[in-house]
Amino acid sequence: MSLDFTPRPVPAARGRQLRAHAAMEAGLILRNGEQLILALLFPMAVLIGGRYLADRVGLGFQELAPSVFAMVMWSSGLTTLAISTGFERRYNVLERLAATPLGKEGILAGKGLSIALITLGQVVLLAATALLLGWRPVLDPLAGLVALVVAVLAMGAFTGLGLAMAGSLRPETTLALANVAYLAGLPLGVLLPVSALPAWSQLPVSLLPTAALGETFRAASRGDVLLVPILVTAAWCVLAAWLARKVFRWTS
Amino acid sequence: MTIALSARDLRLSFGARKALDGLSLEAESGRVTALLGPNGAGKTTFIRCATALLTPESGELSVFGHAPGSNEARNLVGLMPQATGAWAAVTPSRLLGYLSRLYADPQPVDGMMALLDIDEFAGTPYRRLSGGQQQAVNLAGALIGRPALVFLDEPTAGLDPRARKTTWDLIRRVRDAGVAVLLTTHNMQEAEELSDHVAIVHKGRVRAHGRVGDLTRDTGSLEEAFLFHTEETS
Repeated sequence: MSLDFTPRPVPAARGRQLRAHAAMEAGLILRNGEQLILALLFPMAVLIGGRYLADRVGLGFQELAPSVFAMVMWSSGLTTLAISTGFERRYNVLERLAATPLGKEGILAGKGLSIALITLGQVVLLAATALLLGWRPVLDPLAGLVALVVAVLAMGAFTGLGLAMAGSLRPETTLALANVAYLAGLPLGVLLPVSALPAWSQLPVSLLPTAALGETFRAASRGDVLLVPILVTAAWCVLAAWLARKVFRWTS
Repeated sequence: MTIALSARDLRLSFGARKALDGLSLEAESGRVTALLGPNGAGKTTFIRCATALLTPESGELSVFGHAPGSNEARNLVGLMPQATGAWAAVTPSRLLGYLSRLYADPQPVDGMMALLDIDEFAGTPYRRLSGGQQQAVNLAGALIGRPALVFLDEPTAGLDPRARKTTWDLIRRVRDAGVAVLLTTHNMQEAEELSDHVAIVHKGRVRAHGRVGDLTRDTGSLEEAFLFHTEETS
């Protein structure tokens, strides 16, 4: 086949570029065994195990199910994104893609889209499983809307923190730190309700985005509306975006 | 002749180290411009400025008259990074298919893979490819969008003689088709074989530039010219 190299650079439509990038990133994440364990097997094990064991540790299944949704958002938004981006930076993937029509903004938008799609898939699958196992949420439109807003803001905060980590540290350090952060976040409001923590720690923990998300989801599952977590996650979202913008480096 | 890339008095420091110290350079369409220089001379830093990964502290830089990183500029360029440049688990066919989807009128993926003998390892994860195979994939990725300006950062480093010849032939074809090629190399023979214009860069500044014949007139060889212009005292 004879190729013609006469310059004819025409970018694809922006939507097609972003879909291509999101599909590539999501495919790579889901093909990675470790990421799959983190994204699906571990939360599914917590959900199914919790169905039979949660009552013994004082956490009802009705609270555990929404907590697991918060858990997958925490893992996908922070840990998965940080680790994958850290290695993309190390392997000059970001450098290469910045010199395509996608550009820096497209890379970030495509990443956001891939993480959103993965998280949506996780939540849908886990919610269906939870319903089969007996989760019966109270359906309140306002509580659902607040949960959606807090989820978006919290994901913004998590991804900002993940990008700040990935864009400023060595990928090995990011790998370790993101996993430690993931584990540390689980008792800090993601899986455990703030009320289950020692009294002295409840106020500071409730100001974390992990607790704001977990508490909102648990409340929404009961049909209750919490407003303070909107402010908490909005503040973290702005702070994390500012931090990522300040420290992120495209090359290692 | 169209000026594809124009840099004037670029300056950029990393802490106390001056990575670019008044670098000025032009690259034209249908020409191969080679950047020669020791490690750390500022060649890769310059390319990163041209693709907006880094921002010079001062100076003027444009890609076909557009600001680096603008929509117009990044649509026109292709980049072959110095090392890796791909996800570890991705296969060449998947990577090139993905890159082609970023363009409305890309080169055919199968044709590019056949041209560079990539189809032999098209289904192998990138991390398992040899250095030469990775270079071939990176070169294909740089050209798949039919760029008007292509940056090739050490395109033949680590290649065997046959693969190097294939790469050189392809670079000549691309140049003859009207693409502006900016390549960095440590290989003097490569610069002599391919370049229409050579710039010797040292400590962030172009110390000498011109056609190979111009640069070798006094010194006898490009290597001698390189050594002369990159003396530590210069």
